[in-house]
Amino acid sequence: MPSVDSIAESALLAALRRGDERAFEGLVREQSSRLLAVARRYVAEEDARDAVQETFLSLARNLERFEERSQLGTWLHRVVVNACLMKLRKASTRHEESIEPLLPEFLEDGHRRRPGAAWPESAEIVLQGAEVRAEVRRAIARLPVGHRTVLLLRDIEERSGAEVAARLGISPGAVKVRLHRARQALRELLDPRILGRLRS
Amino acid sequence: MTCREVIGFLGRYLDDELSATVRRRFEGHLEVCPDCVSYLHSYRLTIALGRAACVEEDVPEEVPEDLVRAILAAR
Repeated sequence: MPSVDSIAESALLAALRRGDERAFEGLVREQSSRLLAVARRYVAEEDARDAVQETFLSLARNLERFEERSQLGTWLHRVVVNACLMKLRKASTRHEESIEPLLPEFLEDGHRRRPGAAWPESAEIVLQGAEVRAEVRRAIARLPVGHRTVLLLRDIEERSGAEVAARLGISPGAVKVRLHRARQALRELLDPRILGRLRS
Repeated sequence: MTCREVIGFLGRYLDDELSATVRRRFEGHLEVCPDCVSYLHSYRLTIALGRAACVEEDVPEEVPEDLVRAILAAR
């Protein structure tokens, strides 16, 4: 038994395939803010807007081939991420800042230089407000672009290591190293904020 | 195994990619090092926080009109 959502989506796709301009405009208005938010995680504002535009134009060009196995929203999300990755690959010759300053430091005997206090038990305790979630996203945005991209693709988009390696043109081993370093760096950036919030 | 080595192995530990020998040494270190236990917890929590913050992103309700117009004009 098809769901209400799947019936509505089939009707929308049929309208789009008929060239219904109002249906297309409605879809653009409904999805553009969300897709722009996703694109901004990967690239700067101008490129993010380009990626969103390319995504809708890609849909318009590929409507006949769009298979209704996947939901339209999921497809749009995936395409906008891929559009951002294409832009990042084109810009990959730019010098990237080092992640080293964001990594934990160690003493000669292998202990951490600044062990710090314990974190809370769960994410739910921390993510109780929009501002905290925004802080976490701002911390992610501070990561160097190569490491940030791997973290977004692996931990947020949950793409496989093999797919990320292929998309970024790097080895699977490099994906693992970048992911681990990105997570460590993000942890260092969040540490004072998490603990400061708990004490307030 | 030092704390530095343990932290270096964290990603592979969570992906269950350590050999049995290395895993034993890794877990043996955790039994005697509360700082590394705390770090492992914070590392896992960092992953969860990043995911939750992006999945539950508060997208602005206002539509970017200039972008919408550009998309419609380009079609």
